[in-house]
Amino acid sequence: MSENQAHPLFPHRHLLGIRDLSPQEICQLLDRAEAAVPISRKPDKKMSTLRGRTQINLFYEASTRTQSSFELAGKRLGADVMNMSVASSSVKKGETLIDTAMTLNAMRPDILVIRHAAAGAAALLAQKVGCSVINAGDGAHEHPTQALLDALTIRRAKNAIAGLTVAVCGDILHSRVARSNIILLNALGARVRAVAPSTLLPAGIAQMGVEVHTNMADGLKDADVVMMLRLQRERMAGSFVPSVREYFRYFGLDGEKLKHARDDALVMHPGPMNRGVEIASDIADGPQSVIEAQVEMGVAVRMAVMEALVDPRRNGEGVAA
Amino acid sequence: MTARVFQNARIVDPSRGIDETGTVIVKDGRVVAAGHDALNQGTPDGAETIDCTNLVIAPGLVDARVYIGEPGNEHRETIASASKAAAAGGVTSMVMMPDTSPVIDDVALVEFVLRTARETALVNVHPAAAISKNLAGNELTEFGLMREAGAAMFTDGRATIANSLVMRRALTYARDLGTIVAHETQDMHLAASGVMNEGLFASWLGLPGIPREAELIPLQRDLALAALTGGRYHAAKLSTAMAADTIGRAKNGADNVSAGVSINHLSLNENDIGEYRTFFRLSPPLRTEEIALRWSKPSKTGRLTSSFRRTIRRMLIPSDCPLQMPPTVLSGLKPCWRWR
Repeated sequence: MSENQAHPLFPHRHLLGIRDLSPQEICQLLDRAEAAVPISRKPDKKMSTLRGRTQINLFYEASTRTQSSFELAGKRLGADVMNMSVASSSVKKGETLIDTAMTLNAMRPDILVIRHAAAGAAALLAQKVGCSVINAGDGAHEHPTQALLDALTIRRAKNAIAGLTVAVCGDILHSRVARSNIILLNALGARVRAVAPSTLLPAGIAQMGVEVHTNMADGLKDADVVMMLRLQRERMAGSFVPSVREYFRYFGLDGEKLKHARDDALVMHPGPMNRGVEIASDIADGPQSVIEAQVEMGVAVRMAVMEALVDPRRNGEGVAA
Repeated sequence: MTARVFQNARIVDPSRGIDETGTVIVKDGRVVAAGHDALNQGTPDGAETIDCTNLVIAPGLVDARVYIGEPGNEHRETIASASKAAAAGGVTSMVMMPDTSPVIDDVALVEFVLRTARETALVNVHPAAAISKNLAGNELTEFGLMREAGAAMFTDGRATIANSLVMRRALTYARDLGTIVAHETQDMHLAASGVMNEGLFASWLGLPGIPREAELIPLQRDLALAALTGGRYHAAKLSTAMAADTIGRAKNGADNVSAGVSINHLSLNENDIGEYRTFFRLSPPLRTEEIALRWSKPSKTGRLTSSFRRTIRRMLIPSDCPLQMPPTVLSGLKPCWRWR
């Protein structure tokens, strides 16, 4: 892919969070991703942009779509991709995150993709290793590629992001997806709403650049995009919300609640979905749903990010020599 | 031994109410004069003069809350190495917390600490004994026997006693023995998995927060029990203005209540955590800038008059893991040297 030459040099060595990006840099990544979309639609999907480069996926949390999306993105760009399965590795034997990272770093990868349950894990890693680090989700902090793929999905469907009203609904308290999206959507000029029971909203939410709503009718009113978040199973019963039944009744996205949004509102979900908890099946599979498009855009966004980080114009900087 | 003259020092001596620039004269290892007029008698013959501009000379500090790795974590720290850090920070006496492994909840452990300190430490070390066996918060330890063996006071270290009856009995028993119960208050259910001050900053970092009320609620209970029993109670590690106000009200008319705050909570705030500076994860957490600012001003009411301070320190700071994982440690010994 010669796309690198068509874009300005991406000034960051790592992608740790949307917080670190300017609106121009976000748009550059989205433009690069847009250009990567057709690649995955061709019969021959193999590029040579990252030929000879090594990408290691280090996933400390179970993940289907993010890990396979990163793997495919790397392979389609021609990189050698290795998946570190934490379940069967020395991590199980008590090795610390940094020891594992230093071991992998000694094998001279060019890109390290990390997912970890602790906020700040990716930033910590980036201080210690010599290659580019991509945050694939760190605790409840950030999940930048998810926000980028969401933005790309919205931009392709609505042509622009500025001026749209986006309702982010559900477990915002524990959600890295919500944080990255709130930052990104604000940076690109959208109006963002946070819709959830107060037990699932973080302290200080009103100062995070969102309108806060604790009922779906107000929160979804005239929204252009309804972004649902996953409610994790251990948080369902008796702790943050009294029961699944009650949660679905008041905060699950069904046809009735969706009527409050605009008729052409997009329905999004980062997956994996809990059907009948945060979203009704008919809505998840309905005409307004762009959930599958999100998955497709995920591969394009991750190709764009890796291509931007491993730019040969950087003269080897940010790349293990 | 010849005399040494320390000139232009800021001399701080609370015992005489002195805080002034002046001279300290040491002869044969003893201070013979200190103050702005110390040279009135002239400089002693053959004295060595040391310029102390911008330095403070004060009596040795007492750190009443020091967590030490020995016994149990000698690979991190020993009583000897902790005493070196203390000496470097101007601390000449320290009260050692009982949350070691094994816990100092038995006469033999008190004796072990005293013996080890006597043989290896540079400064005075006074062990504090546990209030409850194994810090579990259920059964009282042998207050009397351990006090006799040399325990300076009673505390469960970083653990909070949830059971109000155990706390009541500890205070009652302490009253009879004339000893002190020092307690760090944090409601474990309210604090849950929190690692820093609850608020906007924690929310953006994606870190679980600890509300200020987690400190206040057990403190209010303790103060009610201190009033009920008359036992000598020390709120060991305050981090919030609301807790300080509550202590201030309780001290009004009661002479059995005191409180302490750590140097770290006075000189740092949550913003110092920045982008995940793991080693600033403390218990209780660093709070907001406003609280730290307010506390760094001298208190008109003299509320926080206790000489107790808190220190946690490790010779090796385990900063190689994410913020949600490490133990809550930070040196208070060396920073206090520079802090005024």
